[in-house]
Amino acid sequence: MNMVKLIIDGKHVEVPENTTLLKAAKTVGIDIPTLCYFELKDMNIENRPGGCRVCVVEVRGRRNLAPACNTMVAEGMEVFTHNIRVLNARRTVLELILSDHPAECLTCSKNGNCELQSMAQQLGVREIPYAGEQSKYRKDTSPAIIRDVDKCIMCRRCEMMCNDVQTVGALSAVNRGFMAVVAPAFEMNLEKSTCTYCGQCVSVCPTGALTEVDHSRNVINSLADPAKTVVVQTAPAVRAALGEEFGLEPGTLVTGKMVAALRRLGFDYVFDTDFAADLTIMEEGSELLDRLTRYLKGDKEVKLPILTSCCPGWVNFFEHNFPEMLDIPSTAKSPQQMFGPVAKEYFAKKLGIDRKNMIVVSIMPCLAKKYECQREEFKVNGDPDVNYSLSTRELAHLIKQSNIDFNALPEEDFDNPLGASTGAAVIFGATGGVIEAACRTAYELYTGKKLEKVDFTELRGLENIRHATLDFDGLPINIGIAHGLGNARKLLEDIRAGKSQFHAIEIMACPGGCIGGGGQPYHHGNSEIIKQRSAAIYREDSGKPIRKSHENPFIQELYREFLGKPLGEKSHHLLHTHYFDKSVGDFIEE
Amino acid sequence: MAKIKLSDKKLQELKDVCKSFNNEKGELINVLHKAQSIFGYLPAEVQEVIAKELNASVAHVYGVVTFYSFFTMIPKGQHPISICLGTACYVRGAEKVLEEFRRQLKIQVGETTADGKFSLSCLRCVGACGLAPVVMVGEKVYGRVSPDGVQDILSEYNN
Ligand code: SF4
Ligand code: SF4
Ligand code: SF4
Ligand code: FES
Repeated sequence: MNMVKLIIDGKHVEVPENTTLLKAAKTVGIDIPTLCYFELKDMNIENRPGGCRVCVVEVRGRRNLAPACNTMVAEGMEVFTHNIRVLNARRTVLELILSDHPAECLTCSKNGNCELQSMAQQLGVREIPYAGEQSKYRKDTSPAIIRDVDKCIMCRRCEMMCNDVQTVGALSAVNRGFMAVVAPAFEMNLEKSTCTYCGQCVSVCPTGALTEVDHSRNVINSLADPAKTVVVQTAPAVRAALGEEFGLEPGTLVTGKMVAALRRLGFDYVFDTDFAADLTIMEEGSELLDRLTRYLKGDKEVKLPILTSCCPGWVNFFEHNFPEMLDIPSTAKSPQQMFGPVAKEYFAKKLGIDRKNMIVVSIMPCLAKKYECQREEFKVNGDPDVNYSLSTRELAHLIKQSNIDFNALPEEDFDNPLGASTGAAVIFGATGGVIEAACRTAYELYTGKKLEKVDFTELRGLENIRHATLDFDGLPINIGIAHGLGNARKLLEDIRAGKSQFHAIEIMACPGGCIGGGGQPYHHGNSEIIKQRSAAIYREDSGKPIRKSHENPFIQELYREFLGKPLGEKSHHLLHTHYFDKSVGDFIEE
Repeated sequence: MAKIKLSDKKLQELKDVCKSFNNEKGELINVLHKAQSIFGYLPAEVQEVIAKELNASVAHVYGVVTFYSFFTMIPKGQHPISICLGTACYVRGAEKVLEEFRRQLKIQVGETTADGKFSLSCLRCVGACGLAPVVMVGEKVYGRVSPDGVQDILSEYNN
């Protein structure tokens, strides 16, 4: 690697060639402000359009100021990051951006989390001298995401996420000049596009231009209604991130405090999506084994690899993009949607109440779940199995609004029976976790032997696409894992071309899996946060007394009392689903 | 958005255009140019076909169409009116003529009247500077047009 020497603000710096001035400055403790630039280190995610010019610096000998995020170091360069010329230019750039931005900070849902707001604060902007006409667009509300593009600053991070990382292509920069904006094709509503509701655009948008549809009011109303029994379920990834909203170190596990907070909010039963994740493993794992054994017996009808189906963002993706392969994914519902019917058809009956009087709320790291719980096939006579899905962020708000001092809460336990779970369920939150959990169970069911080493570390990590061959007592099982829809697409194209060697593939729409979900506390491009959440998830797993889904005593009881056996008739009816071809007519109304 | 049906023949022509560029995403702008010369404009349906053929997202195709001013999604009128804004015409008051067309037709440049009769566009020098300011309606060239003459030109087509 060739090293380059340069001087930044009088400091001597030596960095490898092809380093940006921004990163070179960072090595000597100089933090140049950025706005459009975005990076998730070690995850192959970078946005570097060089568009906003907030990061300008002066390079001796150059006439124009240079954007630090997009200018490479050169031998002998002398760079000034905060001389008077730079400071004035940077301020002017920001003032120009602000002049076409509604000053609605007080009521903006991004208030306190907005990067434009903190930039204005950091640069000490106290007035906006260029007040003029502002561009106006209509607001677009979909089942999961709100686009309020008056607040768009054209950083194009969302475009990068949706196109380069997710390969969905629902969003693109359109128009030019003053009217330029990021929008779906023909500026139609997001709902009409191929959007998967993965929420990755929301998680990187620096401003309030992209946010989630907020259902907390509905939940507050339900809690206040004495006629309703309100049940809550919490997804695995939430407990590894919620603490961040209360100033705790990333990676702090707040499972017990979260349960306590939910109880204080007034939920009648605090249950765990992890219970449903164990159930998912029973069904999905059995389906894997069923297909595998039939395949080994020479059944030509069997489709392999089997694909996991617990991520609704991913389900939306294959329904739009791979309609000819709808029979390959597992038919098992996601844990959120398995929990719904178990609560309303089993637990409500146990309580002796009508399902209409039970409200099921889910707390999810996910925005796609907001859409998922509204799908028609997940309703009974118009009554949804899961009524409202809140993001981790919305839960944090709810707790703050209700005067609960989160950090002072005691640790409490989930209620039974739908609150008991194993270590296998909690790792659903990280990429590779679902398939690891499935293998723990499938191994024992297939070989009839006890699995000595439950940690399949070869399935963990953050590489885009991973694969491993597990030994099922002499039978080699090829596992593939992809997180991020662009990576998923690659595996799917291999299957389409008949090149796939895998027996089973796990796919998660969000980079990192649900810990990096679109509903999680904003990471502002710090990939360390995602890694810490992942570590927390695996910590929780290894601390659990039971770490295999089929050993969960309450799951066993559920099958005994109610469901019968995995893939049985009742399971089929309540816990499995089917998929739809959504490839046509995305934009053109019939 | 109203659905238009592309005839099989036109559809094939469009696909052939894409093919002549090896269905390459990088050739999008060239493909759009050709498509616009076939259809006269670039309706949503055409953009969807192109997106599919080039394996690009429809949003991206639309983004490119809206970025460049020479692409249009509005069908030309029965009588497309073009006003030359080249230097010679401009100096001799072409802008006032354009203003008058806009006023009478109640449309902006790049738009088409609701009845589909007229559309308005601007040109760079048509090489008839001796006749400046120049207006074209379809293939017909009008020279030395003044704002007062606009009415007469329009009435030629308005019966
Ligand atoms: S939610 Fe996902 S698929 Fe939809 S626009 Fe955002 S990034 Fe694209
Ligand atoms: S919507 Fe948000 S992320 Fe997308 S370009 Fe606008 S400001 Fe950037
Ligand atoms: S990876 Fe998790 S958070 Fe992301 S869309 Fe899928 S289920 Fe939701
Ligand atoms: S951060 Fe460098 S140009 Fe926007």
